[in-house]
Amino acid sequence: MCLAVPAEVVEIHDGEMATVDADGARAKVSVQLVDDVSVGDFVLVHAGFAIEKVDQEEAERTMELIRELEALSGHDEIS
Amino acid sequence: MEKIKSQPGDLTLMEVCGTHTMAISRAGLRPLLEPGVRLISGPGCPVCVTSDTDIDRAIATASIPDVTMATFGDMIRVPGTEGSLADAVAQGAEVRVVYSPLEALELARGNPERRVVFLGVGFETTAPTVAATLLQAREQELANFYVLSFHKLVPPALRALLALDEFDVDGFILPGHVSVIIGSDAYGFVSSEFGVPCVITGFEAADILQAVYRLMVMKGEGQPAVENEYSRAVRPAGNEKALRVMGEVFEPADAEWRGLFVIPGSGLVLREEFRRFDAGSWDVELPEPARDRGCRCGEILCGRIRPPECPFFAAACTPDNPIGPCMVSSEGTCASYFLYCQEDD
Repeated sequence: MCLAVPAEVVEIHDGEMATVDADGARAKVSVQLVDDVSVGDFVLVHAGFAIEKVDQEEAERTMELIRELEALSGHDEIS
Repeated sequence: MEKIKSQPGDLTLMEVCGTHTMAISRAGLRPLLEPGVRLISGPGCPVCVTSDTDIDRAIATASIPDVTMATFGDMIRVPGTEGSLADAVAQGAEVRVVYSPLEALELARGNPERRVVFLGVGFETTAPTVAATLLQAREQELANFYVLSFHKLVPPALRALLALDEFDVDGFILPGHVSVIIGSDAYGFVSSEFGVPCVITGFEAADILQAVYRLMVMKGEGQPAVENEYSRAVRPAGNEKALRVMGEVFEPADAEWRGLFVIPGSGLVLREEFRRFDAGSWDVELPEPARDRGCRCGEILCGRIRPPECPFFAAACTPDNPIGPCMVSSEGTCASYFLYCQEDD
C-alpha cells in the first residue's frame, strides 16, 4: 500500500500537475510535493502524487520488480 | 547469501514495512536464513494497525446519510467491533474506493450535496499527499470535503517497541518509501540511543539480503548505525517539501495501534486551523468495544509470534474470510505468510 511506483514525466500542466508514463500506463499526478520537475525526469508516484525524483536506472530497476510482482500475484500493482 | 551463512551469530531482525513482508515471503527468505537469522515482521502495515475504535468511527461516519466516504481499497474489509465498511455498504452506506485523496476532492467538487469524507490511513508516505489535498481544498474553499485521519508515524512506533522490556531485536530493516519522505536521519536515535543497527533498503530479495548481511556485520562489530542502502531515493533529510506540507496541516498526537497500545505522538491529527475539515471531530455513536476475539494479531504485529501460532491462522482466518487485519490487508503478515509460506511449515 505504501509502495511508490516509478514513472517518467511526459508533460507538465498548470496547477502543479503532470502527466506521467508508468510502463505504458499514463496518469495525471500532482507534483506539489517535489520541486523542479521537468519532462524526462523520473519520479516515484504514490497515491496520485510524485513524492521524489529518481534517476532512470533506479526507476527501471523498481519497474522491473513491480512487473515481477504483478506476474506472480496476478493482480495489478500499479493501479 | 554465502557471506551471511559464514557470519557467526544468532540474530533476530525485524522489518517494519508491508512491502518488505511480502517481498521476504515471496522470495522464501525466512527458511533460507534460519536458524542463524530469524526475520520477524513488525507493525509495518498501516491498515493492520488501525484500531477497532477507529474502524468503528469510520463505519459510523460512512453510515451518515449524506456522507460519501472515499477510502483506499485495503480498508474496506478490515473488521471493527461489529463488521467492516463492506458490511456498512450492504446496509446502505456510500463508500467509494479511490487511489488518491485527489479523487476524493473531485468527488466533493462534483457532488456539492454530499459531504465527502476521505479516510486517511497510511504512514509518512501517504500523509503528505493528504495534506497537499487539504491545502487544495482550502484554496478552492470547498465546503463539503473532510478528512478522517488515522495516519501514523513510524519513528515513534520504533521508539515505543525499543522501550519495551521484552523487546529483543538485533537490527531493523527499514521501509524504503517512508524513508524517501522522512529521510535516513530520522532513525538516528535507534542506533545512537538504543544501540540497534538499521538498514534502509529497497524491495528486491538481493536488497534485503544485503541489509541482513550489513546488520550482521554491524552487530558483530558492535558498531550500530543507520545505513542507507537506498540512497538513490532516500536522502538524509528526506523530502523536505513533503515534510513541510505535512507539518502545515497535521500535528502529532497520541494514537492507538491495534494489538499494541497507545503510542505517544505516533498519530497525526488536523491542526486547529484545519479543524473545519476534520471529520474526526464529529459526534458519532460508537458501539461498545468488543470482547477479545482471541485473534493474536497484536502479538504478530510485535513480532512475538508467527502466523501459524495463532489458532485461527489458515483455519477460521484466511484471505477470503479474514478475522483480523493481519490477514485482511494484502501486505499483512498473515496474508503474506498464507500466500507464500504454507509449504515451509
